[in-house]
Amino acid sequence: MKFNGKTYAAKEINDAIKAAGGDATLKEVLGERFIACGLKSGVVTIEGTPGNALGAYLDGAEIRVRGNGQDAVGDTMNDGKIVVFGSVGDTLGYAMRGGKIFVRDNVGYRAGVHIKEYGEKKPVIVIGGRAGCFLGEYMAGGLILVLNKENVKDPIDDYTGVGMYGGKILVRAHLLDTLLPKQIKCKRVEGQELAEFTPYIKEYAEEFGAEFAALTKGDFYLLTPDSSNPYKRLYTNN
Amino acid sequence: MIDFNVAPFEVVRDYDKCVNCRVCERQCSNEVHHYEEGFGKMISDSTKCVDCQRCVCLCPTKALKIVPNQNSFRPNANWQQKYLTEIYKQAESGGVLLSSMGNPEPFPVYFDKILINASQVTNPSIDPLREPMETRVFLGAKPQTLQRDEKGNIVTKLPPRLKLSMPVMFSAMSYGSISYNAHAALARAAEKLGIYYNTGEGGLHKDFYKYSANTVVQVASGRFGVHKDYLESGAAIEIKIGQGAKPGIGGHLPGAKIVGDVSKTRMIPEGSDAVSPAPHHDIYSIEDLRQLVYSIKEATEYKKPVIVKIAAVHNVAAIASGIARSGADIIAIDGFRGGTGAAPTRIRDNVGIPIELALGSVDQRLREENIRDNVSLVVAGSIRCSSDVVKAICLGADAVYIGSAALVSMGCHLCRTCNLGKCNWGIATQRPDLVKRLNPDLAAERLINMLTGWNHEIQEMMGGMGINSIEALRGNRLMLRGVGLNERELQVLGIKHAGEV
Ligand code: SF4
Ligand code: SF4
Repeated sequence: MKFNGKTYAAKEINDAIKAAGGDATLKEVLGERFIACGLKSGVVTIEGTPGNALGAYLDGAEIRVRGNGQDAVGDTMNDGKIVVFGSVGDTLGYAMRGGKIFVRDNVGYRAGVHIKEYGEKKPVIVIGGRAGCFLGEYMAGGLILVLNKENVKDPIDDYTGVGMYGGKILVRAHLLDTLLPKQIKCKRVEGQELAEFTPYIKEYAEEFGAEFAALTKGDFYLLTPDSSNPYKRLYTNN
Repeated sequence: MIDFNVAPFEVVRDYDKCVNCRVCERQCSNEVHHYEEGFGKMISDSTKCVDCQRCVCLCPTKALKIVPNQNSFRPNANWQQKYLTEIYKQAESGGVLLSSMGNPEPFPVYFDKILINASQVTNPSIDPLREPMETRVFLGAKPQTLQRDEKGNIVTKLPPRLKLSMPVMFSAMSYGSISYNAHAALARAAEKLGIYYNTGEGGLHKDFYKYSANTVVQVASGRFGVHKDYLESGAAIEIKIGQGAKPGIGGHLPGAKIVGDVSKTRMIPEGSDAVSPAPHHDIYSIEDLRQLVYSIKEATEYKKPVIVKIAAVHNVAAIASGIARSGADIIAIDGFRGGTGAAPTRIRDNVGIPIELALGSVDQRLREENIRDNVSLVVAGSIRCSSDVVKAICLGADAVYIGSAALVSMGCHLCRTCNLGKCNWGIATQRPDLVKRLNPDLAAERLINMLTGWNHEIQEMMGGMGINSIEALRGNRLMLRGVGLNERELQVLGIKHAGEV
């Protein structure tokens, strides 16, 4: 499907993708929203810039974006994979519960807010560059990796993990001096501890042709909440 | 530390009637009663009693009654005993006071200050036993214009709608806040009655997918249990922005209640808290809301109506006007008396506005702006009986949601301690021994009975007014008069005072 500057309604695009059995290449995409919402299978390749809510409720299909994404990529995603060859806007992977998202470069505010895991279902977000404020806010499970490929000083921003009560955030950084909320434990990853995460770093490197060795060099910090019941002692029965 | 609190209730046992059968001891999850071998009689610890009336109902000799504790602090119109007691609790614990069910404070109940009309002489009333009386309603957007093809057939594609046999639905109560058996009863009753029940934000238990034709699935900020199949399994999808009992704050199910199937249904590990933040962090504007509405519509191929539920707050009319333009099909508004499994006491008792006033102003505003037909209005919090339903419809509602009333029909006595998780009636609890006290078939039957009665009453009141369809009742404010209401209140409600023609 080639857009050639013509705008299609989201429904037309999604109907066309479904008619093609889930496998489709969309060219010259320019801000069309809701692409591949809830798609269960197939591989959708997008050239250009898809609009908000790309792959919301995604349920098993794969989306490959040759360009940047906008807001709410992978909102409430359940399964499948999203690969973005560029950066994305705010609220990446809101309330995601499964599947994987790889973003080659940077992500905006509130990535991985409220992601959660259950049993086998464990969402993974891998960010190649840096992340904006409120990364992993209210996070209840799953894994977020910030690989900081440009080796900047602050790969994560203020309020990372605020309200977090489950899951893990791994950050590659020389020295983590971002202001972290009180309830977050931050510890340097020592020796073999990185092994748990290297498969995802490897997958990132393969997807984007990056150098695995460079991405695993240097220090990593692991952020986890100090309680899975943060609100317990707050209440008095009345 | 000295415990400054006094028991709010007193358990009174008539020892002439008590036969020491120990039923009360087995029934009370709060461990109020026990048999004292030494005395050879039943003893009670009133301090633990929550006045749920379970023991009173089950005592075979009717030997028990629970009365308010007559012990009194020095009377003070300003410093009522309640405020002292609450201070003692907080001075002990340092915690936020937590309560359940709807606001019990003596604010005006506007439904009780509104009266319904009836026909006399000039237009005949209708006998619902003899003549057809239409209580069926459709919820969803109504197209403004009809298009016909050259043969005169209507070609306008109707937006997706919900069809209700009567203008009542069961409001959102999550599996987790109420028990499996309570959910089963609501689902079965909704199916039999041809109405809908609502999953709340706890996801949908796999056993209940079979009721999907009568299920409204909810999407709240925590998105617990939300995935494509869940969205598919509802007849409609409700985006929960707010709730009348706790406007502006989120929900929080403590880890202790996240056990077994509740954990599986919500898709979070056992023992972990389930926190639904106050806002949806992807919705900061009507434009953002529109995006969520349409992402849901895209994911479900425009086959299901989308409901947006908000709490009745001060600027509710302006908010509703925005929602009516967001692509939503139905707006649900929950008044400040709406029930809850747990809410901070201060919020429950002090935040939000009465549903009657919210409804009056929303309906009038949407009409003024000519967008009333974009959406249906469903109101809640709190609808207690069939005349509340009729009054709500005359004030502009298409239908109502009932929550507390449904629980009461199953046995709830509004003891307002759902937050303790020890509901003796098997409703607001996950303790297997308590849950099994609620027989879902019998509870469903009670729900059906109650609403069958309500429906007859609604028809009777409609007939009395000479009206034979709900359609003709909606927004028919001429059928209402206020008593003891001031000019402003009447204006907001859009009704006249009793005695005015
Ligand atoms: S808590 Fe309920 S069952 Fe227990 S004594 Fe009080 S009224 Fe009876
Ligand atoms: S549901 Fe149970 S705990 Fe809650 S108010 Fe009713 S009887 Fe009490």
